[in-house]
Amino acid sequence: MSTERDFPAGLEPERYELTAPPRYRFEVDRREFFKFLGAGILIVSVWKGAHGQESGSDKAARGESLPKEIGAWLHIGEDGTVTAYTGKAELGQNIRTSLSQAVSEELHVHIDRVRMVMGDTKLTPYDRGTFGSRTTPEMNLRLRQVASAARDILVGMAATQWQVDRNRLAAADGKITDSGSKRSVEYAALVKGKELTETLPAEDPLTPATQWSVAGRSVPKVDGRDFVTGKHRYPSDQKLDGMLHGKVLRPPSFGATLSTLATSEAEKLPGVIVVHDGDFVGVAAPSTEIASRALATIRAEWKSQPQISNKELFEYLKKNPVAGAGPLESAFNYEAGSIEKAVASADHHLQQTYTVNYIAHAPLEPRAAMAEWSGDNLTVWTGTQRPFGVRTELAEAFRMPEDRVRVLMPDTGSGYGGKHTGETAIEAARLARTAKRPVKVFWTREEEFSWAYFRPAGVIDISSAMRKDGTIVGWEFHNYNSGAAGIRTFYEIENQRIQYHPSRTVLRQGSYRALAATANHFVRESFMDELAHLAKMDPLEFRLKNLKNDRLRTAFEAGAKKFGWGRAKTSESQGFGMGGGFEKGDNLATFAEVAVDRKSGDVRVVRLLTAFECGAIVNPDHLRNQVEGGNVMAMGGALFEAIEFQNGQIMNGRFSDYRLPRFSDVPVLETVLLDRPDLPSAGAGEGSLVGVAPAIANALFDATGVRLRSLPLVPNGLKVS
Amino acid sequence: MATTRQLHINGLVYATDADPEASLLFVLRDHLDLTGTKYGCGEGQCGACTVLIDGKARRSCITRLGDVAQKQITTIEGLAKGDQLHPVQQAFLDEGAMQCAYCTSGMIMTAVSLVNAKADLTAAEISRSMEGNVCRCGTYTRIVAAIQKAARVMQESR
Repeated sequence: MSTERDFPAGLEPERYELTAPPRYRFEVDRREFFKFLGAGILIVSVWKGAHGQESGSDKAARGESLPKEIGAWLHIGEDGTVTAYTGKAELGQNIRTSLSQAVSEELHVHIDRVRMVMGDTKLTPYDRGTFGSRTTPEMNLRLRQVASAARDILVGMAATQWQVDRNRLAAADGKITDSGSKRSVEYAALVKGKELTETLPAEDPLTPATQWSVAGRSVPKVDGRDFVTGKHRYPSDQKLDGMLHGKVLRPPSFGATLSTLATSEAEKLPGVIVVHDGDFVGVAAPSTEIASRALATIRAEWKSQPQISNKELFEYLKKNPVAGAGPLESAFNYEAGSIEKAVASADHHLQQTYTVNYIAHAPLEPRAAMAEWSGDNLTVWTGTQRPFGVRTELAEAFRMPEDRVRVLMPDTGSGYGGKHTGETAIEAARLARTAKRPVKVFWTREEEFSWAYFRPAGVIDISSAMRKDGTIVGWEFHNYNSGAAGIRTFYEIENQRIQYHPSRTVLRQGSYRALAATANHFVRESFMDELAHLAKMDPLEFRLKNLKNDRLRTAFEAGAKKFGWGRAKTSESQGFGMGGGFEKGDNLATFAEVAVDRKSGDVRVVRLLTAFECGAIVNPDHLRNQVEGGNVMAMGGALFEAIEFQNGQIMNGRFSDYRLPRFSDVPVLETVLLDRPDLPSAGAGEGSLVGVAPAIANALFDATGVRLRSLPLVPNGLKVS
Repeated sequence: MATTRQLHINGLVYATDADPEASLLFVLRDHLDLTGTKYGCGEGQCGACTVLIDGKARRSCITRLGDVAQKQITTIEGLAKGDQLHPVQQAFLDEGAMQCAYCTSGMIMTAVSLVNAKADLTAAEISRSMEGNVCRCGTYTRIVAAIQKAARVMQESR
């Protein structure tokens, strides 16, 4: 079995495509639940399908132990409060809202009565993490099932109490009503004094999306008021009595090792504690400002190693494959028909190389954690997409069992795949252990740029063989390092060879919203444009000729219609382009209009339209928000974002040097939502990114005749003579 | 040893013995526990730390504590009147103009200063004036809509 630990150091590929089961599964004592939940009823749901275990997880709980393979649980308390527990984390995707909607919908209770407890390793069931757009397809469904089962149980309880046929009873607005006698009872009254546990027996019937009343609507962010008043406490806002502020001494370059150290000046400052443990050197002080001052007085010499810089990057990635790539990488490789035969029989051949630079997530809230020891037990509040993964990291760092570590995740200032790891959690915990007081570590922007991790850079070689009529017959695609997400083509091509080649990375790399799907879509959809021009066909017509998938065709056609694809240009500077695909269950097509000032090189994206279909829509307004936001974020990586590095140092690791999309960059944004209530809901946090780069690249070609094959496309504009 | 000085924040008087060279942002956050004002970059480039000083939007991360004694400071915590949200706060909620909302405090404070200065605002004017504020989640169009809405509401109630 593969776990994340099987990967070479430094390489953190496609985490969300891994199935990493928990290392331990502890007994769960039902009495423990009621101790912290209070009386009421508790409904527990067990993972099935992909997460299903052989060990008869469908069996109802007997005795005092609950099943170990729990996906979610839900409690209805004596005051009628419904609390749902999930290990998922809120970072701005607004899943706290969409999951509350799911519970409200199936339990027939007002959304104000629903409370979500999320990402707390003590209170919530184990969860691999919040990534890969899995919350909506998995956790939303799971909570709907739990809530639906809870409603069913409440109906049964009322039927028993009244001695009537349960078919006469209906659940609505937090009450069970008897249609015969017109009497009704609130959920709260039904559960009073009970300590009842139920484990979901089997798949329960769910309300079809066509009949949704709470789900499927634009419910506003559930605790929005706390965010506009500054009341919400993010991880970086946490505070405990006696808490100190921690800072960690950073090496001058990646991989440098400490040779000499002098900390006596720092130790003289009032209230300052210095910790030196191997290569870890840190301080804790009563305020951030004193901690910074203390850190500045420390004298250290480091031994550095020469390292690869920007200009050598792409050559390096191709020449340094990781030997013995694991089964996970090769699982994405695909071979069909015979490339050699296709090449021999085709009329047109085209071969190109594309490149993608490292970029930073730059979440507006840098990493932060507050740690507190109580005897041998450690509690850490931190912003992470993997609270349980961070618990494992802490347990390993401090060589202690996981059941003595609790990680809590307050709703966090975004992550975009960039907060899978527990750096600040470990740093704060190490400082707190010596300080014997709670310590908070809150990275500076510069630290976040240098010591987090990046979206992988990559090189992609692509070649294709095509008949005169525009039928693609051969497709060969080699991705070096950037990743395997979205590597397969969705066009109908008889002969294919698709390979992902992991390389030794130069910078620390890891997950990123949509990850490699952005690079792979950029290349595939740009190259489709190149082929369309070679075949002298309209890019839309060319795509549809080679595409059978109905959902994707619909996205392209709906987008093209709304965009007005095919209309004539009104000025020489104008260009139109498209890019689309299938990612994380989303079918989408993005259309771009650009304007290029050939003399000054100024490039403007004037309009961006995305047609988006992700099955049954759970919350239209939040979906629109995700699609628009994803489009804007993707513009940064498409147009100008790139990490510059030299000899183990990040050269542009601050906002004055690293350009992010700002108000003035934002084009007219249009989103065409294609609702499919007949299909299961897919997540939508990532798919909206992947069409943007190719749509813009193709539009720039349309405007200027210049084909750009590297991301970012125009960090310095586009001058055309 | 640093002396104690008074700060006028949200209509209240706070005492602090922090170094006059310290940034206002960290005094607000670490010393006074007013954590609604956020750190984003420390160089005045992202706007997350915006507060009002004598009614004008200022980056608290690059404002020295010593420079703001005797001035009226307003933070996000001081904007609502009791349960009554400021029209800009309400408009951000109405327009769903946030995702992770970490930038929201700074966006709102910059916007308050903007709508106080000028009632009639076009989308282009708002965009230009808000250029120093970053929303990494990309909710810019919604923020523009929210500010326009707030400006309208405020104008009508004048």
